[in-house]
Order: sequence, then C-alpha cells, then structure tokens
Amino acid sequence: MIHVSTTVNGDAHEFLCDPRETLLDALRDRLELTGAKEGCGTGDCGACTVLLDGRPVCSCLVLAAEAKGREVGTVEGIADGEDLHPLQRKFIEHAALQCGICTPGILVAAKALLERNPDPNETEVRYWLAGNLCRCTGYDKIIRAVLDAAGEMREAT
Amino acid sequence: MSVGTPLPHDAAILHVTGAAHYVDDVPVPEGTLSLAFGISSMAHGRITGMELGEVRAAAGTVAVLTASDLPFANDVSPSVHDEPLLADGKVHYLGQPLFLVAADTHLAARKAARLGKIGYEELPAILSIDDALAAGSRFEEGPRVYLKGDVEAALAAAEHVVEGSIEIGAQEHFYLEGHAALALPQDSGDMIVHCSSQHPSEIQHKVADALGVPMHAVQVVVRRMGGGFGGKESQANAVAVACAVAARATGRPCKMRYDRDDDFMITGKRHDFRIDYLAGFDDSGRLAVVDFTQYCRCGWAQDLSLPVADRAMLHADNAYRLPTARITSHRLKTNTQSATAFRGFGGPQGMVGIERVIDHVAHQLGMDPLDVRRINFYAAANKASSGNGTPARNPAEGTPQTTPYHMPVEDFVLHDMVEELEETSDYHARRAAIAEWNSANSVLKKGIALTPVKFGISFTLTHLNQAGALVHVYHDGSIHMNHGGTEMGQGLFQKVAQVAASSFCVPLECVKVTATDTGKVPNTSATAASSGSDINGMAVKAACDQIRERMSAHLAETRQIKPQDVNFRAGRVQAGADEMSFAEAARECYEGRVSLSATGFYQTPRIQWDRIRGKGRPFYYFAYGAAVSEIVLDTLTGENRILRTDILHDAGSSLNPAIDIGQIEGGYVQGAGWLTMEELVWDSNGRLLTHAPSTYKIPACSDRPDVFNVSLWSKGRNAAETIHRSKAVGEPPLMLGISALFALSDAVASCGSAYPALGAPATPERLLNAVNRVRTP
Ligand code: FES
Ligand code: FES
Repeated sequence: MIHVSTTVNGDAHEFLCDPRETLLDALRDRLELTGAKEGCGTGDCGACTVLLDGRPVCSCLVLAAEAKGREVGTVEGIADGEDLHPLQRKFIEHAALQCGICTPGILVAAKALLERNPDPNETEVRYWLAGNLCRCTGYDKIIRAVLDAAGEMREAT
Repeated sequence: MSVGTPLPHDAAILHVTGAAHYVDDVPVPEGTLSLAFGISSMAHGRITGMELGEVRAAAGTVAVLTASDLPFANDVSPSVHDEPLLADGKVHYLGQPLFLVAADTHLAARKAARLGKIGYEELPAILSIDDALAAGSRFEEGPRVYLKGDVEAALAAAEHVVEGSIEIGAQEHFYLEGHAALALPQDSGDMIVHCSSQHPSEIQHKVADALGVPMHAVQVVVRRMGGGFGGKESQANAVAVACAVAARATGRPCKMRYDRDDDFMITGKRHDFRIDYLAGFDDSGRLAVVDFTQYCRCGWAQDLSLPVADRAMLHADNAYRLPTARITSHRLKTNTQSATAFRGFGGPQGMVGIERVIDHVAHQLGMDPLDVRRINFYAAANKASSGNGTPARNPAEGTPQTTPYHMPVEDFVLHDMVEELEETSDYHARRAAIAEWNSANSVLKKGIALTPVKFGISFTLTHLNQAGALVHVYHDGSIHMNHGGTEMGQGLFQKVAQVAASSFCVPLECVKVTATDTGKVPNTSATAASSGSDINGMAVKAACDQIRERMSAHLAETRQIKPQDVNFRAGRVQAGADEMSFAEAARECYEGRVSLSATGFYQTPRIQWDRIRGKGRPFYYFAYGAAVSEIVLDTLTGENRILRTDILHDAGSSLNPAIDIGQIEGGYVQGAGWLTMEELVWDSNGRLLTHAPSTYKIPACSDRPDVFNVSLWSKGRNAAETIHRSKAVGEPPLMLGISALFALSDAVASCGSAYPALGAPATPERLLNAVNRVRTP
C-alpha cells in the first residue's frame, strides 16, 4: 500500500492504495466519488473521464499514485454548491442525457474544452468529444447543449 | 397538464451532478464479496476435468462454486430451462461460465478466475448458418412458415422476378453500464437483489428457483440501468443468480459486475441473419409475390430466439402490401453466445429483407426506389375509421388489406408522412443534385435513400401484455407511485409521473416514482417490446382514477352534491361551493377514512395470436416513421459519412416530445451503426475477436450526421385507445437507420451497372467489394 495525498475538487484528500490501483478505482472505492464510471477499463469509452491538473484523462488508465500532489477534478466538483454549472443546466434543458451514465465523463470533457476554447464551433465539439461514447442519445443534443452553454458562458464574461 | 410537455428526464439533476446511483455505485456493507466467472476457452466440448486448486489458493479467494455446488436449480434460461448458470458436463460456446469465484475484491476474483485448469474432450463446433443447416442443428422441429396465397403460381405469372440474398450482421448492445448485481442475504433466509435488469420479476423467479425458496422470499429492486436495449431482458439473470447463490453459500453480501470483455464474451447479442428472396413484380414495380427464407443464428440456448425469429417474420412486409407471400424461418442452433433481445427484437432484420427486395426491384427497373416503395404501400387508413373501425380497403381488391399473417392494416399513415418528409427534406432536388455530382466525380460518390418503418406494437406472447401499478396519495397531497416498468434511460419514469400528475391535475413535483420493486408490483413483464409507457401508463392511470373517484365521492357526499360536481384543476379541487388545495382535499378524505391507496392493472385489448399457424392479431397497433439519409462514399477506401438525415416519426400524441425525440435520434444512430460500422467477428474456433470498444466500433460523436433534422409528426394520434393516444417509441426509430444502408447502396450503384447487393454491416471492406462488383461487367 502506498500513501497518496492529492487535491480532489479543491479539497485535500489522503488515501492508501495498491501501487497498481487505478485512479478510477481509488476515486470510486476509497473516496466514494462514484460519478466517474467504468465503461470499458481500457481507455476507449470516456465514461471515467476526470481532470488531472486541468487536463482530461481516462482515469481507468491513470494510476492512483500518479495523483500525488496534483489536482483532480471530477463531475462532483462541477457545480458550485447548489448552483449548477451552465453545462449542467444546458444538458438538462436540451435533454442531452438518457440513461445518464456517460454524462459525467462528457461533462468533464466538455468543461475542459470550454476552458481551452470558449468559442468552439460544432466540428470542434464533435471531435473533442469523439472519445466519449454514448449509446443512448445519438449525440445531437449533447452537441447542442455544449454549444449553448459555451454561448451563455461567453455572454456572462 | 403535464402530459404532452417536453420535460427533462426525471433524474436529470442527479445525472449531471454524478449523484445518480447505478448498481455498481450502491454503497455495499462491510464484508461484501466480489464475484467473477471462470469461462470456457472452447466452443463445444465435454468437460473431462476441472482443476480449481490454484483458484481456491489464490490471494483473496473466499469460495469457489461449480455446478455440483448448486443445491437447487442450475438454470438461468428465460424460456426452456436449457441454460445452466454453471456448465454441467458440457460446454456449448467459448465464453460459457464454468465456475464462480467469490473473493475479497473485484480484481482478486477476476485474477483467480483465470487460474482454473479445464480439461476438454473437443466436439465439432457448429458456428455458422451453413454449419447449422448442414448438421440440422436447430430449435423447433423444422422451419416456421407463414403463407398467404399461392406462391408458386404467383411467381410463374409474374412479369419479372428478382432473386438474391442478404447477410445481416449481429450487434452488441454496448449498454455503457455493463451487467451488475448485488445480493444481500436477510435474516430468515430471504434475499434482496439489486440489479441492472429490464425484467425484475424474472430475476425474482430465477433467484427463487436457484435458492429453493418461494418467490415471496426474494425481493428484486431496480432503480435504473445505464442502458438496456434488450440486452438486460434475459441476460441479467446469470449475474443476479450468481450473486444470490454465492451469498447463500457464504452468508455474505455478494456483488458481481462484468468487466467489459466478459460482458462481450458471455452475453448474447442481436441475432445475425441471412435472408434469401425471390420476388415477382410488374413493370410499374408493384410486387405480386415475395418468397423469403430467413436463416437466423440463435446461438447455443433457446433464450428468446423463437419470438425474435417470429418478429422477423412479422416484419417481412414492413410497410408494403404483399398480395402473395411466403416467409420461411429457420432458427439455427450454433456454438456461439446465445443471441437475445435487442431493440426491435428481430423486426429490424425482417425489415431489412423487404427493403432489400424493393431496392433490388427498383434497380432492375431503373426506377427511383422511393417510387417502388410508394406503389407498394398499404392503402391509407380509412379516415373515418378508428382503431376499432373497419379495416382500410384496397381499392384493387375490394377486400380488407392484410399482412402475410392475415392481420388487417387499419391505421396506415405513411402516405401522408412520406409526402411531408419528401418535401421537408427536399428529397427530389437532392436526388437530382446527387446524380449530377456522381456523374462529375469519379472517386467520391453520394447516395440517398428514403425508407419507411411500420412496426407492430405488443408482445407477441399475448399474456405478457399486462401491467400493474401502485399509487399512494399521502395526506399532505404528495403522491408516491410504483409501476412494473424499469428505467433504462428511456424516460419511462418521467412519462408515467406525468400521467399521474395529469390524472390528479397537480404539478409534477407532487409525484414521486421510486425504484421498481417486486415487493410493490408483482408479476411484471419485462420492460421490452416498446411497451413500457403504453401498459404501465395505463396501469398508473387506472390506479389514479380509482383514488380520484373515491375522493370525489367523499367530497360530494359531505356536501350533498353529485360526484361529477367535484372538479380537479390546476392543483386545486372544487367541490360545490368549496374550493381547496389538492393537499387539503387529501387531508379531508383521510380524515373521512377514505382509502387513498390503489393498485391499477391493465391488459392490452384486442390481441390474439396463434404463433404456430401464423394467424391472428399479434399487435394492438402499428408505429410509423420515415427517414431520408444522404451519404458520401470514398470509392478508393470505402470510408463514408452520413451528410444529412431527415426524420419524421409518429409518436401519436406524444406524452413527452423531448423524451420521444431523444429516443428517435438515439434509435436512428444505433440502427445506422448496426448496419454500417458495428461488426462482430468470430474466428474459426468460435472465439469472439471483437470483444471490447477497442475492436468493436459503435458510433461516436464524430459519426453523427452532419445535418440531423428530426420531427414528430404533427398529425400523429393513435387510432387505438392508448394512454392519451400516444404511441410507443422505444424500438421503431432504430429501423430508421435502414435508410443509411440503402443510401450507401445507392452510392455504390452509381459506380456501374450491376446491382450492388450490399450486405450489412456495410463496412469499408464490404463497400469496396461491392464497388468492385458493380464495376465488373
Ligand atoms: S472506463 Fe476509462 S475509458 Fe472506458
Ligand atoms: S445517455 Fe446512456 S450512454 Fe449516454
């Protein structure tokens, strides 16, 4: 077991984990943050997407030990208390989710996109999110929601 | 009135904040064990020995179970008891569960499961349709046949005949949440099971049999699934039963979730088909006769294959009146995963068959396939007739028009819908522009196709067409409700909550729907066959109506007025001169000792069906839709993309347009994925080679059509008396994806003169082969 101290959604956390344990498992099993999901375990579906120092990563491919001293961001940290992030509100408004299990990963990835590029065009959104699979929605409403949220966020700043 | 309002999914806030719990997210008690199956590495063989010493000795292993450790039923079949949970002497496919490991952690269980040393005596494996035909390996004694008219005579009399064959590949469900279950042993020997299943009552039944207890000793709870698509109708049985037997054996809570690879290797998929056809038609493209032979690869166990193959036969006409028809269906038994339910349940494969015939006929006559489609449509519904009225008549015959299984088609609306879609999608101008493009470009070819959908709604096993609900009104005016349907993302909970809110005319916030629970509503049918909101919505309404009537009667009696003079409106109740909130009314009824709880029940009327003779009325009504897809194909590489899709779909009077449009978009993309890019490949030993998203490609965000216009048909209204005249919308839109396949066929056809005879999935390889075929004179 190794000792890891890290920051998750702005809060300091410490945990013990197996050297081979993934960040996804540590988040879910040790920190009880079950928002990130395992859809494949091999880096192909994006359901486990979290931010590591602001960069979206597949947490199923990152070792928990690699989080040491770094900032992890998960879906649980997107809202500001009770206040939903514009992306979250737009996902609800546009009905951009069905079973919802892809939603946390997609929101985290979309947030990272908008932090880099506040004014993406549709093609940029589509290709940025191409690593996040959704089996239910057909993606159209997801794209609309991200573009709409980007617009609202630009107006607000 | 909340019915008809485009409200978001009932758990949308939980989903966007990551707070929605799926089975794998439910906090487990201390000491919970994790399970994994050891699986077979041979497709067909006799087990000569299982050495499990290393499995038992592995770090973390707590228990190892084999078939001989199961004291009661070793069976997880939904139909004919032919599917042992753990192999009993023989293996029938590569991936079959042989033994069950319970360990401290998920990883420990998975690692230990790989350490089994299994001895086999190999038996010849039957893998393909041809293998099975040669060996006579099938379910049922012989093929099923539906017959209408004299096929031989009609073929002999036909002006033209086409003959051909199409292969239609299987499809993996790829619900993003894999199978999972958690069994919690109770004192007194009872068992509570949380699982990701479309069919809690069946899980309850199978778990009870496996534990040797009555069904009342097992409670199954399903809050939500991360996608189902039919893949969790019967395939969830094994996971849940495994958890229950291991929990009974160890006395500890047990949890199991399939790793994605295991999910691919163990569970069933959509049935792959080959369909041979012979069709006779005249110069105008009008079909006189079609003779289909459907070969359906069912895998090793019967599962739901018979009704799936039946539904393929039942959709062999799609939207077309076939004056004479024969549909022959072979249900072949192979040493592969047991193919199972998948959105459309065989209907899509049957429909691809007839759409291929139409496309082939059009090619032979040099006509626009849309003209051939239209000329063969069933006659429009008699405008005056309701669902209970007289069947539409075919002017040519003066007799009711019937399907090949002799059911009158009374509600046909595709003439109007297709006309509208032609216009809104600018079909004809685009078709002309594509022809121009194709004559000017030799590498990139474009294609377009408009295909219709007519899909029959009801379970073909008549007794499944029933549903129950339980509704409580509390004396603060809040309403709590359960029904037999399960939530897999399709928005069922929200729709039935809207039905309940509308029944009492209260805001939706007053209504809460909690997890599907066999302790609340018994003997439920699977949430399948698109029936969820139709039957559960009706059951909920029946329960609400009873409570409302009791409330009205009481409020009327105490005021000496007629019950009809008690009105529920906008969250308030008007009783004669008195006006009060719904909560005050509930309180008054409670104090008046009125029962504010009711069960509701619904059985779908009018259906009766003889599946052996292929005669009767299997469906309450039909759902309709049509789609136009335009694609571009690189004829040097086979790469392609969908440029534009236009859809017009009939959801009747939609209960929730936002949810319905979501179903349509997702269904189309899933259907187009099935027919264009999703390819399952087995090697010559029966090993599935495409067993993860790294090798099995489902549509991604970048694959969505560049332009995607989706509308509900504004004139839609169910002729049958369904809940608020809505129509089922779960499965039908999947078949809109067929337009993508025929748009590709259209592009390939522009490369030469021969018919492309394009199979599915139309992968780049298949497309290149087809291009070469049409180019070689
Ligand atoms: S679970 Fe990490 S990418 Fe699929
Ligand atoms: S909403 Fe179900 S996978 Fe995306």
